[in-house]
Amino acid sequence: MIKNDIYELYLTMERENILLSFKGVVTSDLLTSVLSIMESKMDYMEESPKTKKKVFNVLVECLQNLYHHIDVTDQSERNLELIESKSALFMISKKDDHFMIQTGNYIDAASAAELKSRLDLINGMDKDELKKYYQDTLNNGAMSEKGTAGLGMIDIARKSGNKLEYQFLPINDVNSFFCLNIKID
Amino acid sequence: MENLHLEGSAKTPSIHFDAVAGKLELKGRSIPENSVEFYKPLNDWIDAYGKSPVGETIVDVKLEYFNTSSSKCILDLFKKLETISGERTKVSVNWYFEEDDEDMEEAGQDYQAIIGLPFNIIEVEEI
Repeated sequence: MIKNDIYELYLTMERENILLSFKGVVTSDLLTSVLSIMESKMDYMEESPKTKKKVFNVLVECLQNLYHHIDVTDQSERNLELIESKSALFMISKKDDHFMIQTGNYIDAASAAELKSRLDLINGMDKDELKKYYQDTLNNGAMSEKGTAGLGMIDIARKSGNKLEYQFLPINDVNSFFCLNIKID
Repeated sequence: MENLHLEGSAKTPSIHFDAVAGKLELKGRSIPENSVEFYKPLNDWIDAYGKSPVGETIVDVKLEYFNTSSSKCILDLFKKLETISGERTKVSVNWYFEEDDEDMEEAGQDYQAIIGLPFNIIEVEEI
């Protein structure tokens, strides 16, 4: 059965034209490797430099969102269950004429509610409103200790040129699974 | 004072800050997960330089990519430059972008809208 499962997965990845996928804990070193792999992969693709840059930029933001989200600060809590909840999945694919970046990770209820309202706010904005919102957040927003500035999702929306497609799947009383699909024109 | 030279890496830009020439250059990519650590010595250098600057200070920003963690640090760096700009030195910024890279051009416009320094947005064939 194992062989068949792997073959099924292989066929799915082939059909979906997945360029790269990963499931596990997202570390700084992993990001360095993944970004370098994607850069060399895109070097061989017949894409305009403009598209390559867009994909790379959006990828950096998506992956660093995962990295900051699962940042383990309390070393004593490094048990298996926690590591699982800190795991994420991401996939980069090319379908027809556009790139897709998809991510999935667990999120607690409070963070989910906050994130959802932020995503809805961003999705309700047009290009010029996003530009203004980005500038205001850049100028007035405070930097967190993690070095994040609340600009990531706005930047992804601006650069991808598309709405941020998302879903929160309820898992239990405290956790949801957050799925994000970014289509890049 | 000493010049500041840092080699670029996979996630950080090369830095060439020359106190005698009044030339500050950031070049390459700035995509570290946490940018604060990287930008701190740059801001410290500008603080020290601001005490005895040359008459004209030119800042060349030649970035290929930068993440949103860096964007805040870059703004803080520009704001620091704003504070040293005055009678003793005239600070101006040259923001370079590669042709067709509208995102980097727009990023320059974002800073231009916020920062009160002469801010030139310059298109080049290759950075």
